[in-house]
Amino acid sequence: MATSQTKKTTGSRVEASVEIAVSARNISKNYGETEALKNLSLDFPRGQLTSLLGPSGCGKTTLLKIIGGLLSADSGEVEVGGQAVTGPGEDRAFVFQDFALLPWASVIRNVAFGLELRGVAKSERESIAEKYINDVGLAGFENSYPHELSGGMRQRVGLARALSVDAQVLLMDEPFSAVDEQTRRKFQEDLLSLVQNENKTFIFVTHSIEEAVYVSDQIAILLPRPSRVSEIIKPSGFRDKGPENIRRDPEYLDIVDKIWASLRSYVE
Amino acid sequence: MRNRPLFLKLLSAVIVFGAWEIAGRIPVSYAFPTFLESMSALVTLTLDGTIFTAYAETLKPLVVGLVISSVLGVGLGLWIGLSAKFDWLFSPIFVVMQSAPLAALIPLLVMAYGIGLTSKVFVVCIMAMPVIVLNTSGAVRNTPSSIKEMGRSFLGSDLDIVLKVIIPAASPIIFSGLRLGVSAGFIGAILAELKITPTGVGDIISYSRSIADYPSMYAAIFSIILLAVLFLNLLEKIEHLLFKGNYRGYVSD
Repeated sequence: MATSQTKKTTGSRVEASVEIAVSARNISKNYGETEALKNLSLDFPRGQLTSLLGPSGCGKTTLLKIIGGLLSADSGEVEVGGQAVTGPGEDRAFVFQDFALLPWASVIRNVAFGLELRGVAKSERESIAEKYINDVGLAGFENSYPHELSGGMRQRVGLARALSVDAQVLLMDEPFSAVDEQTRRKFQEDLLSLVQNENKTFIFVTHSIEEAVYVSDQIAILLPRPSRVSEIIKPSGFRDKGPENIRRDPEYLDIVDKIWASLRSYVE
Repeated sequence: MRNRPLFLKLLSAVIVFGAWEIAGRIPVSYAFPTFLESMSALVTLTLDGTIFTAYAETLKPLVVGLVISSVLGVGLGLWIGLSAKFDWLFSPIFVVMQSAPLAALIPLLVMAYGIGLTSKVFVVCIMAMPVIVLNTSGAVRNTPSSIKEMGRSFLGSDLDIVLKVIIPAASPIIFSGLRLGVSAGFIGAILAELKITPTGVGDIISYSRSIADYPSMYAAIFSIILLAVLFLNLLEKIEHLLFKGNYRGYVSD
Protein backbone atom coordinates (compact mmCIF):
# COMPACT_ATOMS: atom_id res chain seq x y z
CA MET A 1 0.00 0.00 0.00
CA ALA A 2 1.43 3.32 -1.02
CA THR A 3 0.69 5.40 2.01
CA SER A 4 2.46 8.56 2.96
CA GLN A 5 1.78 8.46 6.64
CA THR A 6 3.55 10.97 8.74
CA LYS A 7 3.89 10.18 12.38
CA LYS A 8 4.73 13.74 13.25
CA THR A 9 2.01 15.64 15.03
CA THR A 10 1.44 19.17 13.94
CA GLY A 11 1.84 21.95 16.45
CA SER A 12 2.48 19.50 19.24
CA ARG A 13 3.09 21.83 22.11
CA VAL A 14 2.38 19.30 24.79
CA GLU A 15 0.50 20.88 27.61
CA ALA A 16 1.32 18.93 30.71
CA SER A 17 -1.65 20.32 32.59
CA VAL A 18 -4.26 18.78 30.23
CA GLU A 19 -6.57 16.52 32.11
CA ILE A 20 -7.90 13.40 30.44
CA ALA A 21 -11.72 13.23 30.55
CA VAL A 22 -12.23 10.04 28.61
CA SER A 23 -9.73 7.35 27.89
CA ALA A 24 -10.12 4.25 25.78
CA ARG A 25 -7.67 1.46 26.58
CA ASN A 26 -6.93 -1.45 24.26
CA ILE A 27 -10.42 -1.63 22.83
CA SER A 28 -11.21 -4.57 20.56
CA LYS A 29 -14.54 -5.30 19.00
CA ASN A 30 -15.53 -7.97 16.49
CA TYR A 31 -18.72 -8.33 14.54
CA GLY A 32 -18.73 -12.04 13.88
CA GLU A 33 -15.66 -12.67 11.75
CA THR A 34 -15.02 -8.99 11.06
CA GLU A 35 -12.58 -7.19 13.31
CA ALA A 36 -14.05 -3.72 13.72
CA LEU A 37 -11.62 -2.37 16.31
CA LYS A 38 -8.33 -3.90 17.33
CA ASN A 39 -6.40 -2.92 20.41
CA LEU A 40 -7.30 0.73 20.06
CA SER A 41 -6.19 3.25 22.68
CA LEU A 42 -7.01 6.93 22.68
CA ASP A 43 -7.24 9.77 25.22
CA PHE A 44 -9.71 12.62 25.09
CA PRO A 45 -8.58 15.80 26.91
CA ARG A 46 -11.16 17.58 29.07
CA GLY A 47 -12.78 20.70 27.67
CA GLN A 48 -11.59 19.97 24.14
CA LEU A 49 -13.09 18.64 20.96
CA THR A 50 -11.60 15.45 19.60
CA SER A 51 -12.61 14.25 16.14
CA LEU A 52 -12.61 10.66 15.04
CA LEU A 53 -11.88 10.80 11.34
CA GLY A 54 -11.46 8.02 8.86
CA PRO A 55 -12.84 6.32 5.77
CA SER A 56 -16.23 4.66 6.03
CA GLY A 57 -16.17 1.31 7.77
CA CYS A 58 -13.23 2.31 9.94
CA GLY A 59 -15.14 1.77 13.16
CA LYS A 60 -15.41 5.38 14.30
CA THR A 61 -19.12 5.11 15.10
CA THR A 62 -18.48 1.76 16.81
CA LEU A 63 -15.88 3.42 19.03
CA LEU A 64 -18.28 6.27 19.81
CA LYS A 65 -21.04 3.82 20.76
CA ILE A 66 -18.65 1.89 22.99
CA ILE A 67 -17.72 5.14 24.75
CA GLY A 68 -21.45 5.94 25.00
CA GLY A 69 -22.12 2.54 26.55
CA LEU A 70 -24.50 1.55 23.77
CA LEU A 71 -22.18 -1.23 22.64
CA SER A 72 -19.86 -3.26 24.79
CA ALA A 73 -16.28 -3.89 23.76
CA ASP A 74 -15.02 -7.48 23.49
CA SER A 75 -11.93 -6.47 25.40
CA GLY A 76 -10.32 -3.35 26.77
CA GLU A 77 -12.06 -0.63 28.72
CA VAL A 78 -13.28 2.91 28.57
CA GLU A 79 -12.97 5.28 31.50
CA VAL A 80 -14.97 8.47 31.80
CA GLY A 81 -13.80 10.75 34.60
CA GLY A 82 -11.90 7.81 36.09
CA GLN A 83 -14.96 5.55 36.15
CA ALA A 84 -15.09 2.45 33.95
CA VAL A 85 -17.99 2.51 31.50
CA THR A 86 -20.48 -0.32 31.84
CA GLY A 87 -23.42 1.24 30.04
CA PRO A 88 -24.99 4.59 29.23
CA GLY A 89 -24.45 7.11 32.03
CA GLU A 90 -25.36 10.57 33.26
CA ASP A 91 -21.90 11.83 32.37
CA ARG A 92 -22.42 11.32 28.63
CA ALA A 93 -25.01 12.58 26.15
CA PHE A 94 -25.49 11.61 22.52
CA VAL A 95 -26.23 13.64 19.39
CA PHE A 96 -27.38 11.37 16.58
CA GLN A 97 -26.69 11.50 12.87
CA ASP A 98 -30.38 11.07 11.99
CA PHE A 99 -31.45 13.33 14.90
CA ALA A 100 -33.47 10.49 16.57
CA LEU A 101 -36.34 12.80 17.50
CA LEU A 102 -39.72 11.49 18.57
CA PRO A 103 -42.00 12.45 15.66
CA TRP A 104 -45.12 12.51 17.85
CA ALA A 105 -43.61 14.85 20.44
CA SER A 106 -43.31 18.63 20.30
CA VAL A 107 -39.92 20.36 20.27
CA ILE A 108 -40.07 21.09 23.99
CA ARG A 109 -40.96 17.50 24.88
CA ASN A 110 -38.18 16.21 22.62
CA VAL A 111 -35.64 18.55 24.22
CA ALA A 112 -36.83 17.63 27.71
CA PHE A 113 -37.00 13.90 26.90
CA GLY A 114 -33.57 13.11 28.37
CA LEU A 115 -34.63 14.78 31.62
CA GLU A 116 -38.03 13.05 31.46
CA LEU A 117 -36.25 9.68 31.36
CA ARG A 118 -34.20 10.74 34.38
CA GLY A 119 -37.39 11.42 36.30
CA VAL A 120 -37.12 15.22 36.47
CA ALA A 121 -40.49 16.85 37.23
CA LYS A 122 -42.37 18.32 34.27
CA SER A 123 -42.20 22.01 35.21
CA GLU A 124 -38.53 21.81 36.08
CA ARG A 125 -37.50 19.93 32.96
CA GLU A 126 -39.51 22.25 30.74
CA SER A 127 -37.86 25.34 32.15
CA ILE A 128 -34.43 23.77 31.56
CA ALA A 129 -35.50 22.76 28.04
CA GLU A 130 -36.76 26.28 27.43
CA LYS A 131 -33.33 27.68 28.22
CA TYR A 132 -31.54 25.38 25.79
CA ILE A 133 -34.17 25.89 23.09
CA ASN A 134 -33.29 29.58 23.35
CA ASP A 135 -29.56 28.82 23.33
CA VAL A 136 -29.72 26.88 20.09
CA GLY A 137 -31.88 29.55 18.49
CA LEU A 138 -35.22 27.80 18.35
CA ALA A 139 -37.21 30.18 20.54
CA GLY A 140 -40.80 30.29 19.32
CA PHE A 141 -40.75 26.71 18.03
CA GLU A 142 -41.40 25.03 21.40
CA ASN A 143 -44.74 23.64 20.31
CA SER A 144 -43.79 22.76 16.73
CA TYR A 145 -43.39 19.14 15.71
CA PRO A 146 -40.23 17.73 14.14
CA HIS A 147 -41.77 17.31 10.67
CA GLU A 148 -42.49 21.04 10.61
CA LEU A 149 -38.80 21.89 11.01
CA SER A 150 -35.94 21.93 8.50
CA GLY A 151 -33.12 19.41 8.83
CA GLY A 152 -30.87 21.97 10.49
CA MET A 153 -33.54 22.92 13.01
CA ARG A 154 -34.15 19.25 13.82
CA GLN A 155 -30.51 18.78 14.65
CA ARG A 156 -30.66 21.89 16.85
CA VAL A 157 -33.40 20.09 18.76
CA GLY A 158 -31.11 17.05 19.05
CA LEU A 159 -28.30 19.28 20.29
CA ALA A 160 -30.53 21.05 22.81
CA ARG A 161 -31.67 17.65 24.12
CA ALA A 162 -28.05 16.58 24.64
CA LEU A 163 -27.11 19.89 26.29
CA SER A 164 -30.11 19.95 28.62
CA VAL A 165 -29.02 16.83 30.54
CA ASP A 166 -25.80 18.71 31.37
CA ALA A 167 -23.47 15.80 30.73
CA GLN A 168 -19.71 16.32 30.93
CA VAL A 169 -19.07 14.52 27.66
CA LEU A 170 -20.97 15.12 24.42
CA LEU A 171 -20.81 12.31 21.89
CA MET A 172 -21.66 13.47 18.40
CA ASP A 173 -22.14 10.91 15.65
CA GLU A 174 -21.73 12.71 12.30
CA PRO A 175 -24.18 15.30 13.60
CA PHE A 176 -23.99 17.59 10.58
CA SER A 177 -23.89 15.05 7.79
CA ALA A 178 -27.65 15.13 7.22
CA VAL A 179 -27.95 18.92 6.94
CA ASP A 180 -27.23 21.12 3.96
CA GLU A 181 -23.85 22.73 3.33
CA GLN A 182 -24.73 26.26 4.43
CA THR A 183 -26.40 25.08 7.62
CA ARG A 184 -23.41 22.86 8.25
CA ARG A 185 -21.03 25.81 8.11
CA LYS A 186 -23.19 27.69 10.58
CA PHE A 187 -23.25 24.64 12.85
CA GLN A 188 -19.48 24.35 12.72
CA GLU A 189 -19.07 27.98 13.77
CA ASP A 190 -21.62 27.51 16.55
CA LEU A 191 -19.83 24.38 17.68
CA LEU A 192 -16.56 26.31 18.06
CA SER A 193 -18.18 28.79 20.44
CA LEU A 194 -19.95 25.95 22.24
CA VAL A 195 -16.63 24.22 22.89
CA GLN A 196 -15.20 27.50 24.12
CA ASN A 197 -18.11 28.47 26.37
CA GLU A 198 -19.19 25.15 27.83
CA ASN A 199 -16.55 23.33 29.78
CA LYS A 200 -17.45 20.01 28.19
CA THR A 201 -15.53 17.34 26.39
CA PHE A 202 -16.68 16.77 22.83
CA ILE A 203 -16.12 13.59 20.87
CA PHE A 204 -17.05 14.17 17.29
CA VAL A 205 -17.31 11.57 14.54
CA THR A 206 -17.08 12.88 11.01
CA HIS A 207 -16.06 11.78 7.55
CA SER A 208 -15.33 15.31 6.39
CA ILE A 209 -11.66 16.22 6.56
CA GLU A 210 -12.34 19.97 6.35
CA GLU A 211 -14.93 19.75 9.09
CA ALA A 212 -12.60 17.82 11.38
CA VAL A 213 -9.76 20.27 10.92
CA TYR A 214 -12.07 23.25 11.30
CA VAL A 215 -13.66 22.27 14.61
CA SER A 216 -11.13 20.05 16.38
CA ASP A 217 -8.55 20.57 19.05
CA GLN A 218 -7.35 17.05 18.37
CA ILE A 219 -7.97 14.81 15.35
CA ALA A 220 -7.57 11.05 15.62
CA ILE A 221 -7.14 9.46 12.21
CA LEU A 222 -8.54 5.96 12.20
CA LEU A 223 -7.57 3.49 9.52
CA PRO A 224 -9.82 0.54 8.80
CA ARG A 225 -9.96 -3.22 9.04
CA PRO A 226 -9.18 -3.59 11.83
CA SER A 227 -9.42 -0.07 13.09
CA ARG A 228 -6.53 1.52 14.88
CA VAL A 229 -5.42 5.07 15.49
CA SER A 230 -2.86 5.80 12.80
CA GLU A 231 -2.02 9.31 13.92
CA ILE A 232 -3.14 12.14 16.15
CA ILE A 233 -3.04 15.67 14.86
CA LYS A 234 -3.44 18.72 17.10
CA PRO A 235 -4.07 21.86 15.10
CA SER A 236 -3.14 24.77 17.33
CA GLY A 237 -2.02 27.75 15.30
CA PHE A 238 -5.35 29.04 13.99
CA ARG A 239 -7.79 28.33 16.79
CA ASP A 240 -7.70 31.88 18.14
CA LYS A 241 -7.85 33.69 14.82
CA GLY A 242 -11.65 33.77 14.63
CA PRO A 243 -13.97 31.42 12.76
CA GLU A 244 -13.94 33.43 9.55
CA ASN A 245 -10.13 33.22 9.16
CA ILE A 246 -9.62 29.53 9.75
CA ARG A 247 -10.39 28.30 6.25
CA ARG A 248 -7.63 30.36 4.61
CA ASP A 249 -5.03 29.78 7.28
CA PRO A 250 -1.97 28.02 5.78
CA GLU A 251 -1.79 25.58 8.68
CA TYR A 252 -5.45 24.64 8.14
CA LEU A 253 -4.84 24.02 4.43
CA ASP A 254 -1.67 22.02 5.09
CA ILE A 255 -3.36 19.75 7.60
CA VAL A 256 -6.30 19.14 5.27
CA ASP A 257 -3.89 18.17 2.48
CA LYS A 258 -1.81 15.97 4.70
CA ILE A 259 -4.83 14.06 6.02
CA TRP A 260 -6.14 13.52 2.52
CA ALA A 261 -2.74 12.23 1.46
CA SER A 262 -2.78 9.63 4.20
CA LEU A 263 -6.42 8.62 3.67
CA ARG A 264 -6.70 8.56 -0.11
CA SER A 265 -5.33 5.06 -0.55
CA TYR A 266 -8.06 3.70 1.74
CA VAL A 267 -10.91 5.18 -0.25
CA GLU A 268 -12.29 2.90 -2.93
CA MET B 1 -65.61 25.01 1.51
CA ARG B 2 -65.51 24.16 5.15
CA ASN B 3 -67.99 21.33 4.79
CA ARG B 4 -66.43 19.69 1.77
CA PRO B 5 -65.43 16.42 3.55
CA LEU B 6 -68.94 16.08 4.93
CA PHE B 7 -70.41 16.84 1.53
CA LEU B 8 -68.22 14.22 -0.14
CA LYS B 9 -69.15 11.62 2.48
CA LEU B 10 -72.83 12.29 1.89
CA LEU B 11 -72.29 12.16 -1.88
CA SER B 12 -70.55 8.80 -1.52
CA ALA B 13 -73.47 7.49 0.55
CA VAL B 14 -75.98 8.78 -2.02
CA ILE B 15 -74.10 7.02 -4.84
CA VAL B 16 -73.93 3.68 -2.99
CA PHE B 17 -77.54 3.73 -1.80
CA GLY B 18 -78.73 5.05 -5.15
CA ALA B 19 -77.02 2.16 -6.92
CA TRP B 20 -78.62 -0.23 -4.40
CA GLU B 21 -82.05 1.31 -5.03
CA ILE B 22 -81.67 1.02 -8.81
CA ALA B 23 -80.36 -2.55 -8.59
CA GLY B 24 -83.32 -3.44 -6.37
CA ARG B 25 -85.79 -1.89 -8.81
CA ILE B 26 -84.50 -3.62 -11.94
CA PRO B 27 -84.55 -6.10 -10.03
CA VAL B 28 -81.18 -7.86 -10.13
CA SER B 29 -82.72 -10.78 -8.32
CA TYR B 30 -86.04 -11.59 -6.75
CA ALA B 31 -84.17 -11.95 -3.47
CA PHE B 32 -82.65 -8.44 -3.65
CA PRO B 33 -84.91 -5.73 -2.17
CA THR B 34 -84.53 -2.03 -2.88
CA PHE B 35 -82.78 0.33 -0.49
CA LEU B 36 -86.06 1.99 0.53
CA GLU B 37 -87.79 -1.35 1.23
CA SER B 38 -84.86 -2.40 3.39
CA MET B 39 -84.90 0.88 5.29
CA SER B 40 -88.64 0.66 5.97
CA ALA B 41 -88.08 -2.91 7.21
CA LEU B 42 -85.34 -1.55 9.48
CA VAL B 43 -87.74 1.06 10.84
CA THR B 44 -90.32 -1.66 11.52
CA LEU B 45 -87.74 -3.85 13.27
CA THR B 46 -86.64 -0.86 15.33
CA LEU B 47 -90.15 0.21 16.28
CA ASP B 48 -91.30 -3.21 17.44
CA GLY B 49 -88.07 -3.60 19.39
CA THR B 50 -86.94 -6.78 17.60
CA ILE B 51 -83.61 -5.24 16.64
CA PHE B 52 -82.81 -4.26 20.25
CA THR B 53 -83.45 -7.71 21.70
CA ALA B 54 -81.43 -9.14 18.81
CA TYR B 55 -78.46 -6.88 19.52
CA ALA B 56 -78.61 -7.60 23.23
CA GLU B 57 -77.89 -11.19 22.21
CA THR B 58 -75.35 -10.51 19.45
CA LEU B 59 -73.32 -7.93 21.34
CA LYS B 60 -72.47 -10.39 24.13
CA PRO B 61 -70.03 -12.60 22.19
CA LEU B 62 -68.97 -9.64 20.07
CA VAL B 63 -67.97 -7.35 22.94
CA VAL B 64 -66.43 -10.12 25.04
CA GLY B 65 -64.54 -11.41 22.00
CA LEU B 66 -63.31 -7.98 20.94
CA VAL B 67 -62.16 -7.04 24.44
CA ILE B 68 -60.24 -10.31 24.76
CA SER B 69 -58.79 -9.98 21.26
CA SER B 70 -57.71 -6.36 21.75
CA VAL B 71 -56.15 -6.73 25.19
CA LEU B 72 -54.61 -10.14 24.63
CA GLY B 73 -53.81 -9.39 20.99
CA VAL B 74 -51.93 -6.16 21.66
CA GLY B 75 -50.22 -7.74 24.69
CA LEU B 76 -49.09 -10.82 22.78
CA GLY B 77 -48.14 -8.66 19.80
CA LEU B 78 -45.90 -6.50 21.99
CA TRP B 79 -44.28 -9.56 23.47
CA ILE B 80 -43.76 -11.22 20.09
CA GLY B 81 -42.35 -7.98 18.69
CA LEU B 82 -39.92 -7.56 21.58
CA SER B 83 -38.65 -11.12 21.84
CA ALA B 84 -37.35 -13.15 18.94
CA LYS B 85 -37.87 -16.43 20.85
CA PHE B 86 -41.49 -15.59 21.51
CA ASP B 87 -41.85 -14.68 17.87
CA TRP B 88 -40.76 -18.15 16.72
CA LEU B 89 -43.02 -19.76 19.29
CA PHE B 90 -46.24 -17.85 18.66
CA SER B 91 -46.22 -16.21 15.22
CA PRO B 92 -46.94 -19.46 13.35
CA ILE B 93 -50.07 -20.02 15.45
CA PHE B 94 -51.52 -16.69 14.41
CA VAL B 95 -50.52 -17.07 10.78
CA VAL B 96 -52.35 -20.42 10.77
CA MET B 97 -55.33 -18.87 12.58
CA GLN B 98 -55.51 -16.09 10.03
CA SER B 99 -55.53 -18.35 7.03
CA ALA B 100 -57.69 -21.16 8.46
CA PRO B 101 -61.10 -21.67 6.82
CA LEU B 102 -63.06 -20.76 9.92
CA ALA B 103 -66.47 -21.96 8.78
CA ALA B 104 -65.03 -25.45 8.38
CA LEU B 105 -63.57 -25.38 11.89
CA ILE B 106 -66.76 -24.30 13.64
CA PRO B 107 -68.07 -27.86 14.08
CA LEU B 108 -64.86 -28.68 15.96
CA LEU B 109 -65.37 -25.70 18.27
CA VAL B 110 -68.96 -26.74 18.88
CA MET B 111 -67.87 -30.25 19.78
CA ALA B 112 -65.31 -28.89 22.22
CA TYR B 113 -67.21 -25.99 23.75
CA GLY B 114 -70.87 -26.59 23.02
CA ILE B 115 -73.30 -24.23 21.37
CA GLY B 116 -73.22 -21.50 24.01
CA LEU B 117 -71.45 -18.21 24.40
CA THR B 118 -67.96 -19.76 24.66
CA SER B 119 -67.93 -21.08 21.10
CA LYS B 120 -69.19 -17.77 19.73
CA VAL B 121 -66.56 -15.80 21.64
CA PHE B 122 -63.97 -18.17 20.18
CA VAL B 123 -65.20 -17.48 16.65
CA VAL B 124 -64.97 -13.72 17.23
CA CYS B 125 -61.46 -14.10 18.67
CA ILE B 126 -60.24 -16.34 15.87
CA MET B 127 -61.42 -13.75 13.38
CA ALA B 128 -60.19 -10.67 15.22
CA MET B 129 -57.01 -11.65 17.02
CA PRO B 130 -54.50 -12.70 14.32
CA VAL B 131 -54.50 -9.37 12.50
CA ILE B 132 -54.22 -7.49 15.80
CA VAL B 133 -51.31 -9.66 16.98
CA LEU B 134 -49.48 -9.66 13.65
CA ASN B 135 -49.85 -5.90 13.12
CA THR B 136 -48.73 -5.10 16.66
CA SER B 137 -45.71 -7.39 16.56
CA GLY B 138 -44.68 -6.12 13.13
CA ALA B 139 -44.97 -2.50 14.21
CA VAL B 140 -43.01 -3.12 17.40
CA ARG B 141 -40.27 -4.93 15.53
CA ASN B 142 -39.99 -2.10 13.01
CA THR B 143 -39.54 0.70 15.54
CA PRO B 144 -36.60 2.74 14.17
CA SER B 145 -33.53 1.53 16.02
CA SER B 146 -32.11 5.03 16.33
CA ILE B 147 -34.92 6.25 18.61
CA LYS B 148 -34.62 3.12 20.75
CA GLU B 149 -30.89 3.77 21.00
CA MET B 150 -31.64 7.38 21.88
CA GLY B 151 -33.88 6.19 24.72
CA ARG B 152 -31.13 3.93 26.03
CA SER B 153 -28.41 6.55 25.76
CA PHE B 154 -30.54 9.01 27.77
CA LEU B 155 -30.84 6.39 30.51
CA GLY B 156 -34.35 5.14 29.81
CA SER B 157 -35.19 1.86 31.54
CA ASP B 158 -36.50 -1.01 29.41
CA LEU B 159 -40.02 -0.15 30.58
CA ASP B 160 -39.54 3.55 29.69
CA ILE B 161 -38.41 2.58 26.23
CA VAL B 162 -41.41 0.30 25.68
CA LEU B 163 -43.93 2.83 27.04
CA LYS B 164 -42.46 6.09 25.79
CA VAL B 165 -40.75 5.10 22.57
CA ILE B 166 -41.88 1.76 21.16
CA ILE B 167 -45.63 1.90 21.83
CA PRO B 168 -46.12 5.47 20.58
CA ALA B 169 -43.98 4.69 17.53
CA ALA B 170 -45.98 1.54 16.82
CA SER B 171 -49.38 2.99 17.68
CA PRO B 172 -50.53 3.96 14.15
CA ILE B 173 -50.04 0.40 12.93
CA ILE B 174 -51.39 -1.12 16.16
CA PHE B 175 -54.55 0.92 15.65
CA SER B 176 -54.85 -0.04 12.02
CA GLY B 177 -54.62 -3.66 13.21
CA LEU B 178 -57.33 -2.97 15.78
CA ARG B 179 -59.57 -1.49 13.10
CA LEU B 180 -59.11 -4.52 10.86
CA GLY B 181 -59.56 -6.82 13.86
CA VAL B 182 -62.78 -5.12 14.93
CA SER B 183 -64.25 -5.41 11.42
CA ALA B 184 -63.27 -9.07 11.32
CA GLY B 185 -64.79 -9.55 14.79
CA PHE B 186 -68.13 -8.21 13.57
CA ILE B 187 -68.04 -10.70 10.71
CA GLY B 188 -67.13 -13.43 13.21
CA ALA B 189 -70.05 -12.59 15.51
CA ILE B 190 -72.59 -12.91 12.68
CA LEU B 191 -70.87 -16.00 11.30
CA ALA B 192 -71.13 -17.61 14.72
CA GLU B 193 -74.85 -16.88 14.90
CA LEU B 194 -75.43 -18.27 11.43
CA LYS B 195 -73.30 -21.38 11.89
CA ILE B 196 -73.68 -22.33 15.56
CA THR B 197 -77.12 -21.40 16.88
CA PRO B 198 -79.37 -18.79 15.31
CA THR B 199 -79.61 -16.05 17.91
CA GLY B 200 -79.68 -12.27 17.79
CA VAL B 201 -79.03 -10.56 14.47
CA GLY B 202 -78.00 -13.86 12.89
CA ASP B 203 -81.44 -15.18 13.81
CA ILE B 204 -83.17 -12.24 12.07
CA ILE B 205 -81.05 -12.88 8.97
CA SER B 206 -81.67 -16.62 8.77
CA TYR B 207 -85.32 -16.44 9.83
CA SER B 208 -86.19 -13.66 7.34
CA ARG B 209 -84.45 -15.56 4.60
CA SER B 210 -86.38 -18.73 5.40
CA ILE B 211 -89.70 -16.90 5.10
CA ALA B 212 -88.50 -14.91 2.07
CA ASP B 213 -88.78 -11.57 3.94
CA TYR B 214 -85.74 -10.22 2.13
CA PRO B 215 -86.15 -6.55 3.16
CA SER B 216 -85.85 -7.55 6.84
CA MET B 217 -82.85 -9.73 6.06
CA TYR B 218 -81.04 -6.88 4.35
CA ALA B 219 -82.16 -4.47 7.08
CA ALA B 220 -80.40 -6.68 9.65
CA ILE B 221 -77.24 -6.89 7.50
CA PHE B 222 -77.31 -3.12 6.98
CA SER B 223 -77.66 -2.50 10.71
CA ILE B 224 -74.59 -4.58 11.56
CA ILE B 225 -72.53 -2.73 8.95
CA LEU B 226 -73.77 0.59 10.34
CA LEU B 227 -72.80 -0.45 13.86
CA ALA B 228 -69.36 -1.56 12.69
CA VAL B 229 -68.76 1.77 10.97
CA LEU B 230 -69.82 3.69 14.08
CA PHE B 231 -67.55 1.54 16.20
CA LEU B 232 -64.58 2.09 13.88
CA ASN B 233 -65.15 5.85 14.07
CA LEU B 234 -65.15 5.60 17.84
CA LEU B 235 -61.86 3.71 17.70
CA GLU B 236 -60.38 6.46 15.55
CA LYS B 237 -61.48 9.07 18.12
CA ILE B 238 -59.79 7.05 20.86
CA GLU B 239 -56.58 6.94 18.84
CA HIS B 240 -56.69 10.71 18.32
CA LEU B 241 -57.19 11.17 22.03
CA LEU B 242 -54.38 8.83 23.11
CA PHE B 243 -51.75 9.66 20.49
CA LYS B 244 -52.22 13.23 19.38
CA GLY B 245 -48.97 13.34 17.42
CA ASN B 246 -49.83 10.41 15.14
CA TYR B 247 -51.25 12.63 12.45
CA ARG B 248 -48.30 14.94 12.42
CA GLY B 249 -46.13 13.00 10.03
CA TYR B 250 -42.70 11.57 10.49
CA VAL B 251 -39.27 13.10 10.81
CA SER B 252 -38.06 11.15 7.81
CA ASP B 253 -40.71 12.79 5.60
